[in-house]
Amino acid sequence: MRNKKISLTIDETPLQVDAGTTIMHAAEQLGIRIPRLCYHPDLSLAGSCRVCIVDVKGMGYYMAACSSEVWEGMEVQTNSPEIRQARRDIVELLIDNHPMDCQTCERDGRCELQNLAYSLGVRARHFEGRRKRFPIELSSHSVVRDSEKCVLCGRCVRVCAEIQGVFNLSQHGRGFHTVVGPAHMKNMDDSVCIQCGQCINVCPTAAFVEKRGAGPVWDALADPEMHVVVQTAPSIRAAIGEGFGMPPGTPATGQMITALRRLGFDRVFDTDFGADLTIVEEAHEFLSRLQAATKGSDECRMMNDELASQQPQSRSIHHSSLITHHSPGPLPMITSCSPGWISFLEKFYPELIPHASTCRSPMSMLSALAKTYYAQKSDIDPKKIFMVAVMPCVAKKYEARRPEHFSADGMPYTDAVLTTRELIWMIKCYGIEFTKLPLGEFDNPLGTASGAGDLFGTTGGVMEATLRAASELITGKPADRLDYTEVRDVEGLRETYVAIGEHNIHVGVANGLTNAKILLDKIKAGEQFHVIEVMACPGGCVGGGGQPYPPEGVKVLDPDLLRRRASALYAIDGGKKLRKSYENPAIEEVYSSYLGGPGTERAYELLHTHYHAREPRGIR
Amino acid sequence: MSTCTDNWEQVEAAAKMVLGEPIVDFIERCLAKPHPESQLIAVLHEVQSQFGYLSETHLDAVAQLMQVPAAKVVGVAGFYHFFRLKPRGKFMINVCIGTACYVKGAERVAQKIIEELGITWGETSTDGVFSLEGSRCLGTCGLAPVVMIDDEIHGEVTPDQVPALLEKYLKKARE
Repeated sequence: MRNKKISLTIDETPLQVDAGTTIMHAAEQLGIRIPRLCYHPDLSLAGSCRVCIVDVKGMGYYMAACSSEVWEGMEVQTNSPEIRQARRDIVELLIDNHPMDCQTCERDGRCELQNLAYSLGVRARHFEGRRKRFPIELSSHSVVRDSEKCVLCGRCVRVCAEIQGVFNLSQHGRGFHTVVGPAHMKNMDDSVCIQCGQCINVCPTAAFVEKRGAGPVWDALADPEMHVVVQTAPSIRAAIGEGFGMPPGTPATGQMITALRRLGFDRVFDTDFGADLTIVEEAHEFLSRLQAATKGSDECRMMNDELASQQPQSRSIHHSSLITHHSPGPLPMITSCSPGWISFLEKFYPELIPHASTCRSPMSMLSALAKTYYAQKSDIDPKKIFMVAVMPCVAKKYEARRPEHFSADGMPYTDAVLTTRELIWMIKCYGIEFTKLPLGEFDNPLGTASGAGDLFGTTGGVMEATLRAASELITGKPADRLDYTEVRDVEGLRETYVAIGEHNIHVGVANGLTNAKILLDKIKAGEQFHVIEVMACPGGCVGGGGQPYPPEGVKVLDPDLLRRRASALYAIDGGKKLRKSYENPAIEEVYSSYLGGPGTERAYELLHTHYHAREPRGIR
Repeated sequence: MSTCTDNWEQVEAAAKMVLGEPIVDFIERCLAKPHPESQLIAVLHEVQSQFGYLSETHLDAVAQLMQVPAAKVVGVAGFYHFFRLKPRGKFMINVCIGTACYVKGAERVAQKIIEELGITWGETSTDGVFSLEGSRCLGTCGLAPVVMIDDEIHGEVTPDQVPALLEKYLKKARE
């Protein structure tokens, strides 16, 4: 049945396709791209916008190509003056109550509705509809909801429910009064929203946008009293070039650094440094969890022997005490770099909080060190340091405001978070010709990073970096392999065993929280894992809620786009001499001169955090 | 690390408290059936018949106990006309706006009620005495225009009669 072929004609061209193919996909085989709006290949079918209508002979009405399967002998017409007129009318009706503010709109030039109206030939508004009036909802640190711009395509509702498993959004009410929002039309901040920003990514208009963060950054840059410091996440360098017409997957580290200097930043640090530090801390944390889990067993004795027999190596971070005052949590250990994931954990699976690594994210580690270690080393008053983080992520805006990431006297470690999109805009606003810039280098002492740090920007990368480090820590010998290709690629879920010394480490990697749920439910069912990496966004940070909107014709979350961004990071890692977090001399320096070693009280205070259950509790 | 981070027991207990034992039993019976999520509308009917309307806390409690996302529960409750999301008044005023009553001036009667109570269709007066809804034909066209207040039918109502009519029920409410 599956292989049954169906013969039909599309625009008089005969073709054969598999049974069950939709008219839209059949047409694509002929190189015909039927216009569309509510359709997304990764989401369930809605068939609600009617933009993809086609004429099927013998039917008395136009059919939606996205949701109609082909049948034997079907004769499809995708183009005729009548169909083009009907599509144009449909889009005109979609915009009849849309605000006429394209020039001041966040999505101007990158708006699917705008592109659609243009490409279908809408050149005037023939129907002046009653405007919908809704206040802009600004409660969240990350996501802004502007329902006046909503065309009710339902992509946000579907991505939130189907890809992220959060189901925060729904269409409320009926007819003209229908509006998208959380349960009871509550503020996003009072909802189960996890701030991942995928609603922003899939929205064809600007009904969801990120909370703007550039204002205070411009102010700080213009203030001669402030020492303005910036850090950029691994995945920024892999995506920022797209904003300036570079092909996806082009690494643009050097141009990005120079652009930041021209914008006036006093120091340009690398979040990859924070990632290396995260790896060292997380590898130690993993080891202590592993030891605690096997305490009393033969395995444990063996482990202790191994550790005791480890010759102190030349590097200070290897032979520091593993004993901390904080009792280790259970196995598996789950990574904690992704703030959307942490928010999900706290709202949807609070009983698994003890499994989450207590390590702060690379961003928050670097920020904490910038206002302590760097401030002291450079003799700058930390209150005069303005710390900006450029992130692929809107949830980082929320993370920066969490009180755990403030100093004891109430100073935020991270003052402002910008998305990749916001930085692209700032660079354009400043008149910097990005592609013509000379290549710059990161500043020290928080700018040297191993290739392992770069990998944090893609799904499986934290796992790979952790395995590189844990392998040496467990066996006491230099790692015999650096690449763990079995945890690579952007698909949503991977499970594998990795042999490290005498251990067979069971690892799981998930991106997209619907995939993460599968692993979390396995943990709850008692399946034994050692380490699990979760990134909230599809493909990891390369698919983050703050990344550039894809070029026209490329669907957001397109796996090929995500793969190309990830490949830029693998290329950067592969091209570095320094590929292990442990061998990063800047990390050795911060441990020896300031923190006193991994797992020490001071390291714990500056590099670790805690989580707690939050309400409303999500339904999983 | 030993502290319990699971809040399910508190969330479940609070939800059960909001809905009360009969509804919780009803939900449990629904959950035992195949495709329990399809019982959502039946559960909402049960909650409305018990409490007169569906409040935010009722809907959130249903969401938790049925493990159906709150956004979906609220979306369903808000979509169907029959579900009331606001408390109804002591007396339900139903103005017939069927064809016969409409022709005989039901709209003007309704307008007078709206002015007197300061509410509109589907709302409840601030003192909690009256709720106003429109009905299609009540089957008493000979008496058009008809206003039904709870189970009592008032026929051939004119806008002038509205204040006295409302006063009668206000007096009842005060007793």
